[in-house]
Amino acid sequence: LPAILPIPAGIESPFEEWSMARDPQAALVALNRFGFGARGGASGDLVNAASDPRGYVRAELMRPNGALLELPGLQPTPELGRAMFAYQDEVKAAREAAAKVAAMPPASDAMKPAEPMAMGQTTTTAQSDAPKPPPAPPNVVQTTFRNEALARIQRATITEGGFVERLVTFWSNHFCISASKGEPARIWAGSFEREAIRPHVLGRFADMLTAVEQHPAMLFFLDNQQSIGPDSRAGQNRKRGLNENLAREIMELHTLGVGGGYTQADVTTLAAIITGWTFVGRQGRLGPPGSFAFNGNAHQPGPQTLLGKSYDDTGVAQGEAALAELARHPSTAKFIARKFAAHFVADTPPQALVAKLEATFRSSDGDLRKLSMALLDADEAWQAPLGKMRTPYDYLIATNRLLGRIPDNPGAVLGGLNTLGQPLWTPAGPNGFADSNAAWAAPEGIKLRLDMAAQVSAKIADSIDARDLLEVMAGDAASIETRQTIARAETRQQALALLLMSPEFQRR
Amino acid sequence: MTMDRENRTSLVGTRRSLLLSGAAFAAWAYLPKFARAADARDPRLIVVILRGALDGLATVAPTGDPDYAGLHGSIALSADGAHAAPMLDSFFAMHPAMPEFTRMYRDRKAAVVHAVATSYRERSHFDGQDVLESGHAGPGRVQSGWLNRAIEALPRGERVMSGLAVGPTTPLILRGAAPTVGWAPVNLPTAADDTAMRLMELYRHRDPALMNALGQGLQIDRIAVGDDMKAKPGGNANTAMRQIARGAAKLMAAADGPRIAALAFDGWDTHAQEGGRVGKLAQLLSGLDGALAEFESGLGAHWRDTVVVVATEFGRTARINGTDGTDHGTGTVALLAGGAVKGGRVIADWPGLKPVNLYQARDLAPTTDLRAILKGVLHDHLGLSERVLADTVFPDSAMVKPARGLVG
Repeated sequence: LPAILPIPAGIESPFEEWSMARDPQAALVALNRFGFGARGGASGDLVNAASDPRGYVRAELMRPNGALLELPGLQPTPELGRAMFAYQDEVKAAREAAAKVAAMPPASDAMKPAEPMAMGQTTTTAQSDAPKPPPAPPNVVQTTFRNEALARIQRATITEGGFVERLVTFWSNHFCISASKGEPARIWAGSFEREAIRPHVLGRFADMLTAVEQHPAMLFFLDNQQSIGPDSRAGQNRKRGLNENLAREIMELHTLGVGGGYTQADVTTLAAIITGWTFVGRQGRLGPPGSFAFNGNAHQPGPQTLLGKSYDDTGVAQGEAALAELARHPSTAKFIARKFAAHFVADTPPQALVAKLEATFRSSDGDLRKLSMALLDADEAWQAPLGKMRTPYDYLIATNRLLGRIPDNPGAVLGGLNTLGQPLWTPAGPNGFADSNAAWAAPEGIKLRLDMAAQVSAKIADSIDARDLLEVMAGDAASIETRQTIARAETRQQALALLLMSPEFQRR
Repeated sequence: MTMDRENRTSLVGTRRSLLLSGAAFAAWAYLPKFARAADARDPRLIVVILRGALDGLATVAPTGDPDYAGLHGSIALSADGAHAAPMLDSFFAMHPAMPEFTRMYRDRKAAVVHAVATSYRERSHFDGQDVLESGHAGPGRVQSGWLNRAIEALPRGERVMSGLAVGPTTPLILRGAAPTVGWAPVNLPTAADDTAMRLMELYRHRDPALMNALGQGLQIDRIAVGDDMKAKPGGNANTAMRQIARGAAKLMAAADGPRIAALAFDGWDTHAQEGGRVGKLAQLLSGLDGALAEFESGLGAHWRDTVVVVATEFGRTARINGTDGTDHGTGTVALLAGGAVKGGRVIADWPGLKPVNLYQARDLAPTTDLRAILKGVLHDHLGLSERVLADTVFPDSAMVKPARGLVG
């Protein structure tokens, strides 16, 4: 093994311009803690960040509409809904046609039923020497998911520092849905984020909350389209009733936090208040298919008392009023402030920082631009050591940025995320992906990161000098040991893999 | 990050199915000292955590309770008709999707604990899982899990071999001071040893936490594993459960394999269209049943000395909700299986399902503390003292006595 030896003074920084950087450590905080890391090539990100670290990050917050993602080909939720319904109808028709053929006396032995027969019926399995049909082309659900993923990945890869995109990933994980719930969740995963999260990451929390809870993707993910007021007309006719899944997670995960002062009775009450919040089905009875709708027929009639406050039955406005109160509840400010600080700064964030964020959230009535500004203004956010592990998404995006590779296909990143345990828009539950070092610095996770770093490096390192990339990525903030480990690697491939696994690259 | 086409395909195809099922396996990195002593028992313990809250009334149905069919409504089981639920005794019927468990029960190698719950009485999944896995009486204590603390109290023998690499995270139940290893099927070419060693050296100087993590990851990756340990393309949660159990059993059957392990399966949160005799929950139970069968066959002669405990964070509402599913509840079932189990019985102090008997007029009332069951297993199977169990494994639980005689 190569021993780690001190490097003689004077060779740490072979590039004159880098030593001009005023505050390399703060530049690393600006780029890695608040963004997706420096872009490679001639981006100058590190130099720019070093000359005015706070100003560099703040500038991103000032760009109008900087969080929106509007590209040709990315469609609104109702249009995607219509495309999905049409696709599902096609599948159904094809299945029925196949069943009809199979039910007929066998005209040809080469015919094979496309679907298993109904229960109790035995099928005569036909000889299938016939060549296999070509694999079906990807359907509209799959292609939409991949297009949305690609747009998000490309934006994160090319954006300047990435603070706004990091805010998007934070709020998207806070208000997560999971694509594994079914086709609607998969086809809407991207449009949900574009429509309910992005417009509000620098806006008001209350607006984001309403947009999220009224989005078809969330209503589907947490079953609210099925929840029916027992005393509503639909409830009486169809003998259906409440499903409290969404109501519980609104309070536990989206606003007050567990222990935030609500009871089982509040959960049931909120469930009743938001009965009728649904999305329009394929028949379009309540509006354009795939759009949010309030179905008064399913809404539990009457006033409701939630957390001690009474709400008249004003239809959809009853739920909107309840959400507005939840958004400005002190428990919400406390819950969000801590989670926000823990995400950006440390698993156990400085209490003074949490207090500042909580006060800002409350005094600004949940203004999320001010919340982000308060984070950047706080010295604690700059002084805490870079100790958080990058999530798998951060790691893969940061790698592409440093290597200057803008993917034109989402497959590699999506596959990498699956391998590392953070499949895009597909957390295991409504609490989203973990946000702690315990989750992302686990043995297999680190081993897999190394394997992936080695694999990437094996492919492309011939044309890359990891020593140059280290200057682009960390400059004078790089430790002597990291610098030396890279300099003494026996191949370019090994040097790049070590760079991608260095604490300077893995921690933020 | 770029991978060649072949690997990309295999990653997307193989890993996803496992991750979506949320299956993970982790084990103690050492043999208990008594494991190798001549003539001594060589006990194996597997704890399976079902995340999402299992509907106990749908898994082991109290068909003899006059109120059951009305409460469980469209998804209630019954002992006749298609997909009839086999009767375990004159009162309880087993879900028809679990024929292997039913067979074990009839061979007296499996038991059911009903109307059981942890000490947690709220209805948050995440707090409920923390309580189930931490062994503390309430939420918010997530530094270590009860199985890890139990292991710490055992005499430590040699280090286990490993073809193991911890799933993306170690479940809380096994987190703590005692070193663990784990495994999840994945196909990815590994980095060269020399690169890994150089990185270890860098971490030694700059990042001790990453050094420890990578060190464990490397150690458990050393041993080549057989074909049935590799991830297979396709499949659903059901096959993934079987597959991970098959791999786990193979590891645990080896002479120098781990003896004490935990698995976690996700996906039991059946709020809507839960299904009765067939359907969503039936699919999941079938996967669990398959996993138990894989343990039995994979452990071979060691099954005789094995206990598998299946537990979940809480139960679900006794009455189905408005969408043919069930919301978060309280009392549920725990399952015990394995050659060392004194089985063939449903252990329950049945509270009844009349409105007045239900917990908060909505859930199966818990009459057995899950800690009593877990303590009983740890006491009789692994020889942990009542004192250690009450003080460190399940802190402040002296009033919950171990349920004796579950194993033997």
